Order: sequence, then C-alpha cells, then structure tokens
Amino acid sequence: MKLRRDPFQAIADPTRRAILILLASHTMTAGAIASHFDVARPTISKHIQVLSACELIEPSRQGREIFYELKVESLQEIDMWIEQCRKIWEARFSQLDTLLSTMNENAK
Amino acid sequence: MNPKLQFDFIVDNKTNSITVKREFAAKRQLVWDCHTKSELLDQWFAPKPLITKTASMDFREGGHWHYVMVDPEGTEYWARMDYKTITPIDSYSALDGFSNSKGELNPQLPRATWDAMFTDLKAHTLVQTIVKYNSEADLQTVLQMGMKEGLTSTLERLDELLLILR
Repeated sequence: MKLRRDPFQAIADPTRRAILILLASHTMTAGAIASHFDVARPTISKHIQVLSACELIEPSRQGREIFYELKVESLQEIDMWIEQCRKIWEARFSQLDTLLSTMNENAK
Repeated sequence: MNPKLQFDFIVDNKTNSITVKREFAAKRQLVWDCHTKSELLDQWFAPKPLITKTASMDFREGGHWHYVMVDPEGTEYWARMDYKTITPIDSYSALDGFSNSKGELNPQLPRATWDAMFTDLKAHTLVQTIVKYNSEADLQTVLQMGMKEGLTSTLERLDELLLILR
C-alpha cells in the first residue's frame, strides 16, 4: 500500500497520536518508542513510517542510532486549520448575536 | 459579543465530524427562525466579508435552501442544503453540498450531514450542530482543501474555508 502524505490521516490513529505525544518531550529511537506500547514492534515501525511520510516526525542519525523528532511546525499547520475553521463559526455566530439582539429590541 | 456565551468546537477524526455548540441570548423560537428563514439566514450565515444571498428556500422535509456566498471581489460560491427531517423548534437534519447557480450539485465534492438541535438554556438557547462526513476520506478531502490554503493570506483562506464548511 502506498503511504499517503496526509497529516490528518496520521493523527486519526490513537497510537500515532500517542507517539506524537511521547516525542513532544524529547527525541527517541524506534526501540524506545516501541517500549512504551503493548503492541508488536513492526506495528510501531509502521506507525513511525506513516508519521515520517506525513512529515510530522523527522528521523536523524546520531552515531549508529536513528532518533525521531517531532516537527512542531507540521502540527501547527493542523492546529491552524482547526483554529481557522473555529474562527469562521465564531464570526458567523457573532453576526447572529447581533441579529438576535436587534430582533429582541424590536420585539419590545 | 458576550464572552459569557458558551462556545464549544470539537473536531473528531474518529466519527469524521465537527461538533459546534453555541449558546445564544434569545428565546428558542427566535434562534430557530434565524436558522430556518432565508431572509434571516441571509443576514448572518456567511461571515464577513462574505455575504449570503438566497436563490430559493423551501424549508420542509425534502425541500432545499439554494444560496450563494459572495466575496468582496464578486466571486460566487454556490451551495445547496437539502432538508431531511424537521421538528420545529427542536431539531432539523440536512445534507449540504456545493452546487452551481442552477442548484445542480457538484458530485466531485463531499457532502456532509447536518444535525442541529435547539434546547432551552434558561432564557437562552443552546444550539448543537454536528457536521458529519460520510467517510474519513471525505473529511480529509475537506480538511486538505483547508490545508492547501495554509500559506495564502488570511482573507483568501477564509474564503476558501468558507467554501469548505458549506
């Protein structure tokens, strides 16, 4: 299966979200990440691959080991979308507030 | 407006839905009218700087609201909301969609179901709207349309996202 470079697909999975939370504190090797989960190591590797393909995390070689790092700016992009979406509803509702208060006044 | 009015906004990837809960400082009948009468919807539905214009409104089960949102440059974003169930002043459900000026749906873009519930909150009204996509893929299409706009100006992004939300 071709891995899709879609951060929203990446964060739709609870294990992958947990991995992101782990990496938020510090960089980790795949082995260290896997040690936090009760699932098979290859499963975790697959999740790490998805997260890398979506550029939510980034591998970096340090000596003989590969450490994974959270790419904060990618997460911010997701955050920003949700924030924009929220703002639209906020703006829409604030207009409704104005309309309702005018209607309430007129009813008096 | 009033900062004390409750407002919750939740994106749930598991159910492919967006849940918006908002309190309004008015009686339920009035809030219901604002959501279901086109002359009132036209006054608030599209956030500034866009404006809403109704082409036709047939608010009954099986009927639809055909409207356009227009940006300051005059670009038109046509949409259609098909009403499925209506229980006056308690709830309604509908299926949204992008359309053209004739009201023909664009089959390429995902549609979402809207479930709106109106309840009393003392003298105020609480409206819960759940916008649910059919599949994770649909939600992603919509989310990605938003993502692509990530680097353009805020205004442009607003226009685009608006299109998405409808």
